[in-house]
Amino acid sequence: MNILLATIRRDLLLHVRRPADIVNPLVFFLIVISLFPLGIGPSAGTLNEIAAGVIWVAVLLATLLSIDVMFKSDYEDGTLEQIVLSKQPLILVVLGKLIAQWLVSGLLMTLMSPLFALMFFVSSDGILAIAMALLLGTPTMVLLGSIGAALTLGLKNGGVLVAILVLPLYIPVLILGTAMVDSAVGGSSYTGHMLWLGALLLVTMGLAPIATQASIRISLSQ
Amino acid sequence: MLETQQLTCERNHRILFQDLSISLNKGEVLQVDGANGAGKSTLLRILAGLYEDFEGEVSWQAEDYPVYIGHKVGVKDAMSARENLMWLADLQASVVSQANIDSALARVSLAGYEDVLCGEMSEGQRKRVNLARLFLLHNPVWILDEPFSAIDKEGVACITDRINEHLSDAGTVILTSHQAVDFPNIHSIDLT
Repeated sequence: MNILLATIRRDLLLHVRRPADIVNPLVFFLIVISLFPLGIGPSAGTLNEIAAGVIWVAVLLATLLSIDVMFKSDYEDGTLEQIVLSKQPLILVVLGKLIAQWLVSGLLMTLMSPLFALMFFVSSDGILAIAMALLLGTPTMVLLGSIGAALTLGLKNGGVLVAILVLPLYIPVLILGTAMVDSAVGGSSYTGHMLWLGALLLVTMGLAPIATQASIRISLSQ
Repeated sequence: MLETQQLTCERNHRILFQDLSISLNKGEVLQVDGANGAGKSTLLRILAGLYEDFEGEVSWQAEDYPVYIGHKVGVKDAMSARENLMWLADLQASVVSQANIDSALARVSLAGYEDVLCGEMSEGQRKRVNLARLFLLHNPVWILDEPFSAIDKEGVACITDRINEHLSDAGTVILTSHQAVDFPNIHSIDLT
């Protein structure tokens, strides 16, 4: 278990020392979201209607952007080889990296989301629902994305391929997440959506690290 | 210690080696010779368990994973020498103190560089940080791919001494080197 904490600490330290990998996707997230009110016009009705979809798609793209580099630097400088050859179970290291990655991408975007929801005139119920949905949805996206990132490690133009591989897998999360916000804004209960998002998270939490671990071994064996 | 049977590896439609059988005991060195591109690094990666696209059998009588030093430097530029070694020791589940790490760094002439980020070091110094693991960890098997490249004469002597020490402790070493090396119990194979 120590290695899990050691990995989280190491990755957070690396993120703090090299903040560009974290800040760039967040700035991208901010800009994409701000472009919509500019392009569509400041009418409260329209913005309110598209808020959930826009925020979710922006989160989705920003997550993809940040996930692409998740294993890349470890692969390039050879530390990933050392991780695979370590006495520790690879899956614990992978889990640690995933947790650190979520803390600096998914969690930060979740925390930023209420501010953006205000920009779109979302009601207070809706704001809470957006934050809750993102809290459950972003870890699922990081977990699924890590499979794609690990599979495309050795490739030159892996970034686009990750998007093609992973975006279709994000569809259920996107549908449930936006539906949850719509229900909240409409004043109806959204417990069911939350439970579904939670169930998706649990399933991916169980399976994705195994797939990511196998993908890393495949990518290194080239 | 190590037995391989009929090891065959083909890469890009070219057979690197065929029906290679190696047997290596404790306290012995295996030197892998060959021209550039002959498959030395691939063989070492196969023996380390990193490369899986081969036919034949590799069996180790060792419970521990090897210490593998490859072409990639294996240290993070954004971490200091001490942080890198602490993490690499964590990976081998070996409990080391800061004093152990500092003395390992001193052995590879990096005393005073403990807190310097590896990104600010020269190529040779980064390599030395990686080689400092040989003074820190106690894995019985070492797989060293060109351990002496980018290392100065004094460093080569120091690593050679350490390898001799490891051999007398019943350790096993597999290495490639373009420089002449001399160890007791050395076996060499030539991949041509």
